[in-house]
Amino acid sequence: MLDFPRWKIASIIGVLLIGILLAVPSLMPESTAKQIGLGGMPRINMGLDLAGGSQILLEADTADVAKTRVSNMVDKVRDVMRDSTPAIAIGDISTANGALSFFVRDPTRVDAAVEQIRTLTSPVGSTGTRDWDVQVVDSTRIVMTPTKGGISQFVDNAMEGATDIVRKRIDALGTKEPTIIRQGTDRILVQVPGLADPQQLKALIGKTAKLEFKLVDVSADPAKVAAGQAPIGDQILRYAPGQPQAGTPVAVHRRAIITGTDLASAKQDYDQNGQAVVNISFKSQGARSFAQVTQQNVGKPFAIILDNQVLSAPRIDEPILGGTASISGSFTPQSAQDLAIALQSGALPIALKTVEERTVGPGLGQDSIHAGIIASAIAVALVVAFMFLTYGRFGVYANMAVIINVFVILGAMALLNATLTLPGIAGFVLTIGTAVDANVLINERIREERRRGRGVVQSVELGYKEASRTIFEANVTHAIAAAIMLVLGSGPIKGFAVVLLLGIATSVFTAVTFTRMMVALWLRRHRPQAIHI
Amino acid sequence: MRLLKLVPDNTNIGFVKLRHWAFGITLLLSIGALVLCGVRGLNLGVDFVGGLMVEAQFPGKAPMDDLRNRIDDLHLGEVALQQFGQASTVQIRLPMPHSNDEGATNALVGKVEKTMRAAYPGVRFNRVDTVSGKVSGELIQKGVLAVFLAIFGIALFGIFRFEWQFGVATFVSILHDVLMTLGFFALTRLQFDLNIVAAVLTIIGYSINDKIVIDDRIRENLRKYRQMPLGELIDLSVNETLPRTVMTSLTIILALASLLLFGGHVLRGFTAAMILGVIVGTYSSIYVSSSLLITLGLEKSRIRQMAEASEKKKTGREQAERMAPRP
Repeated sequence: MLDFPRWKIASIIGVLLIGILLAVPSLMPESTAKQIGLGGMPRINMGLDLAGGSQILLEADTADVAKTRVSNMVDKVRDVMRDSTPAIAIGDISTANGALSFFVRDPTRVDAAVEQIRTLTSPVGSTGTRDWDVQVVDSTRIVMTPTKGGISQFVDNAMEGATDIVRKRIDALGTKEPTIIRQGTDRILVQVPGLADPQQLKALIGKTAKLEFKLVDVSADPAKVAAGQAPIGDQILRYAPGQPQAGTPVAVHRRAIITGTDLASAKQDYDQNGQAVVNISFKSQGARSFAQVTQQNVGKPFAIILDNQVLSAPRIDEPILGGTASISGSFTPQSAQDLAIALQSGALPIALKTVEERTVGPGLGQDSIHAGIIASAIAVALVVAFMFLTYGRFGVYANMAVIINVFVILGAMALLNATLTLPGIAGFVLTIGTAVDANVLINERIREERRRGRGVVQSVELGYKEASRTIFEANVTHAIAAAIMLVLGSGPIKGFAVVLLLGIATSVFTAVTFTRMMVALWLRRHRPQAIHI
Repeated sequence: MRLLKLVPDNTNIGFVKLRHWAFGITLLLSIGALVLCGVRGLNLGVDFVGGLMVEAQFPGKAPMDDLRNRIDDLHLGEVALQQFGQASTVQIRLPMPHSNDEGATNALVGKVEKTMRAAYPGVRFNRVDTVSGKVSGELIQKGVLAVFLAIFGIALFGIFRFEWQFGVATFVSILHDVLMTLGFFALTRLQFDLNIVAAVLTIIGYSINDKIVIDDRIRENLRKYRQMPLGELIDLSVNETLPRTVMTSLTIILALASLLLFGGHVLRGFTAAMILGVIVGTYSSIYVSSSLLITLGLEKSRIRQMAEASEKKKTGREQAERMAPRP
């Protein structure tokens, strides 16, 4: 018991000192830390519930994916059939029941058609399945169904892209230190500290921003268009809400002249009437084909379409050769700015919607930090006083351990770049309460052994030895509960679990190893015949 | 200086003798808690039922009736108002708008905030939470799963580490602790949200901690006093660890009480749950889980084990005799 070699003492104190030093930068404002040259040291992050800010959980609309894939495939099938030599005549394309089906006019070409369709599909992973299931029904009809594997692969890729695009859009807003992480298969978690009003953010990241220019079919029968019937090769789209002709149907050619992927840049600007517009310019390839189409269609209108809604349908007065265009559509400067950011960052490959949103005002966060600090200080004071009154000198050692422990937990949190949340502060207070439990166990055991008439050194030795086993078992069970919270809990609760787990680990060290060293040093120096405990 | 001793030396309370009373009261309280949960139900927060929650803080006491009238005038559907944590704070719960449009929830929150800002200058909006039905469903699932995993995981640990009776006794008393906490929330109608699930898990962790300490002492004494009747041995163990149990519970309650009084209104429900849990957990450790060992037949398995051990010794000796060369 009394045998404590110097290297052991040095390493215990060393470990604790490192822990405390790591905590230092987190205890001062970031600017102060930078001033005194500690800017590079790890810090504890403040959770949104303390720092104030917004958290938005976005979920991909996966139900829509299969449908979109089927309707996007239609044009590709037409193209590949037309382009094969000789062309394969097909008819009666339908996209009912989540599958694409068409029939091949010449029964002898069915095999050739299937072969061509094959080139449109690709393998999924290494399992041998493909992203489309192709079958021949009634000998001349080909049915294509998107497979589950194909859809999930698509969602996976789309989410990867969507996360990037969301990041670009938020960065463009210039907000401070946003966190954007993908969660699970189809979710993105966005956290923006300090943002009190998430309306603009939501409007911006929720926008798919799929931009298309399509020619208006002027030959379409207005009566049929009004009834929602599109001529072959056309589709009916409506004017976007907020436009003068909101809701009016327009027949446009399915094939787009140019899309958002051809964009080189998008900027908010004002037109000659002082109305907010978005000026766009195309990449050279897109500019060329846009010039070509406008040359051939002078006098005809084309529709500017955003997310399948028509913004405007200006007439082509002269060929547009410069590769630039201006989008107008009853914008405010703000909404034009948002659209420019959205277009610049690219279209979301998959529609996202908000499933959870939490905003904490900066005032509440400040109040919580303030209250948390006061509560922790009072808790420490009460526990310290109580321990001292109960165990005297041994209580003082336990108290030193508890106070050091608070700093070591903070240091460990900084090292792990962990986030401190409001429940995390509660975790601190609770840890202060439970950390002394180890010392209570030890000290009560020493009291017991003394009562049984054992000598001072032997009692202390037995106290530590017998209590250590119990402390270990009690902490393991406690850690099980905390680990479950860490795995299954969300946001603030994770923060609570982190503090609990770290507290369990560090408190064993401070409450057992550190106090044992203190007691041993004292016993060695004074060799007391009796102890006051 | 005379040191504080909460439990006098050589305290010997006959807890085991009281066990039938304790079991009866525990059972009644547990049934009562279950009935309360069934009849009154829990006041689930938006975390678990979905919807919109706006928390507003007024400079003084919140004008509940006036506020209720003003918000009712907006005709937003089923609106619920509730004071939260302190008199100046109100939580306004709104149903999710039916529209799929992204802007609809924003518009709804905007409408409420605008009305309130106009009517009460100085009002501050602390929090706005929007949770869709899908997410709230998942949060319930995860919460229930977490609580069950914790109870089973720790009971399993008890079984592996000790005899099975210890695992079962712990399991039963933890279940009681959780039920009491739920009953408390049903009775007080305090809001039950995600944070409370964390509190329940912590209560489980703490309560087990308490029981492990006593179980550990029982095991130690089982080895030490082989001839002592089990009832007496359990009483001895509980009494020996009583100073520690009381001391630890008190320090934790001291720490939690400062959190309850000074930690701000957001954590009030969380801390209240935890304080109750510590009290209930300490009760069940002392009165229920250790005495339950007798009911579960630890005595018999102890006798059997001892018999087996001596049997082993005997057969070992016989075998040795057989192996030995005959004279």
